[in-house]
Amino acid sequence: MNEFLKLHIVKWFEKGKRYDGRSLDEFRPVVVEYGVTKNAEGSARVKIGDTEVIAGVKLSVEKPYPDTPKDGNLMVGAELLPLSSPDYEAGPPNEESIEVARVVDRGLRESKAIDTKKLCLIEGEKVWMIAIDICTINSDGNLLDAAALAAVAAVQDARFPEYDGKVVNYKKLTDKKLPIARLPLSITVMKIGDYLFVDPSIEEEKVVDSRLTVALAQDGKICAMQKGGDAPVAIDDIGRMIELATVKAAELMARLKR
Amino acid sequence: MGELLVQDKSIVVPGEEVAAGMDFLPTEGVYRDGDKLVASRLGLLAVDGRLVKLIPLAGKYLPKRGDVIIGKVIDVAISGWRVEINSAYTAMLSMKDATSEFIARGADLTRYFTFGDYLVTSIVNVTSQNLVDLSMKGPGLRKLPEGRIITVAPNKVPRIIGKQGSMVSMIKDATGCKIIVGQNGIVWLQGEPGQELIAVAALRKIESESHISGLTDRIKAFLDEEARKLQIGQSPIAHSASGGIVPQR
Repeated sequence: MNEFLKLHIVKWFEKGKRYDGRSLDEFRPVVVEYGVTKNAEGSARVKIGDTEVIAGVKLSVEKPYPDTPKDGNLMVGAELLPLSSPDYEAGPPNEESIEVARVVDRGLRESKAIDTKKLCLIEGEKVWMIAIDICTINSDGNLLDAAALAAVAAVQDARFPEYDGKVVNYKKLTDKKLPIARLPLSITVMKIGDYLFVDPSIEEEKVVDSRLTVALAQDGKICAMQKGGDAPVAIDDIGRMIELATVKAAELMARLKR
Repeated sequence: MGELLVQDKSIVVPGEEVAAGMDFLPTEGVYRDGDKLVASRLGLLAVDGRLVKLIPLAGKYLPKRGDVIIGKVIDVAISGWRVEINSAYTAMLSMKDATSEFIARGADLTRYFTFGDYLVTSIVNVTSQNLVDLSMKGPGLRKLPEGRIITVAPNKVPRIIGKQGSMVSMIKDATGCKIIVGQNGIVWLQGEPGQELIAVAALRKIESESHISGLTDRIKAFLDEEARKLQIGQSPIAHSASGGIVPQR
């Protein structure tokens, strides 16, 4: 990205304004819709401004991993569809889509959002596997936060299909929901120069020096962090970034259904 | 004796026969097939005496000789720069047309223009194979300093500029922004935060409402209204400035 566009953005920051008129710590309008797809056991669509992400949850009965015979499995995949941005290509996952999937996965896993012990059917033999798939519909910045929010909402929305011990009947969903222990949210705090801000637009995302994604549980507990961007971040800045993320996470949490 | 087969200013589709006979002459977007004129694009038919022209409703920019456009440097080649011009084709700016300075053999061309630079440049030639040649020699042609780049529909550019530049001057005067509109639909702006957002919103408004009459008056009213809001401290048109046209919900 061009240096002179960055200069322009930074000059605006000095006046406390963003490229699209927001203040530095302001999110674009956030919309969460539940149950948007027919075939998934749970799904959600999240819109942050013009950014749009759909997440779906599929449940299946699988063999547990040998090291966790009593726990259900969790898997997160993300696909950056070519229709969502001219920068995305079809084909094998690239660095960015792997990062989205891993950050969402780690947020859910390390916060112990889902009580995986309750997903066990027969110890060492059969457990439920939760597969979360994330698709981008439109990419206008801040995919990480949108994807994390969509994944959590889809998990909230999911219901178990009927299972008779042999086959899963996906045509019929029971009323049983996933065993959710707590809801984690990811907030990505961006940094250009000395300025911290959240919810970048696509232009801002291209010129950030560094970013920190903080996954927080409902109670404000930090569950996971991911740092990105080329520039290093001082320890004081990390403190400020976490502070900002905590405030914003509480704001986003209000968008989720209880 | 020729006759028009469809009315002037009506919408035609590609392949539609618009006129018969040799009296009419095909220009932009219209071609001759035997003694008939056929539309090659979707658009409004404009008949001017014997000339039949088609004003496209949408589409990418088609490079035309003499156009002053804004382009982005995407490659530095051995003897010039490749420039992205918001078209189906990329353009070439050769070393000899780039500067009046003497460039020594083997000099580092990135000293003049480098990747990602935006240039105001003019098209000197478009070949039949759609190879586009650019030049930086002429009044106002230069590398652009810091600012915002937005893209508008190229076929709306004449409306954005207005008669003798009246529309764009009105926005410039009202907002105090510096604005350069390229014929290819790339627009460069620089101004104070609040004012620049108003300018961007005004451009978007022109883009979406240019077909409704009384455009100039409406844009003037819009600029006055937003300036008033800005003065009393209301945040002007937040959230809608980035990206393309925000769909109405």
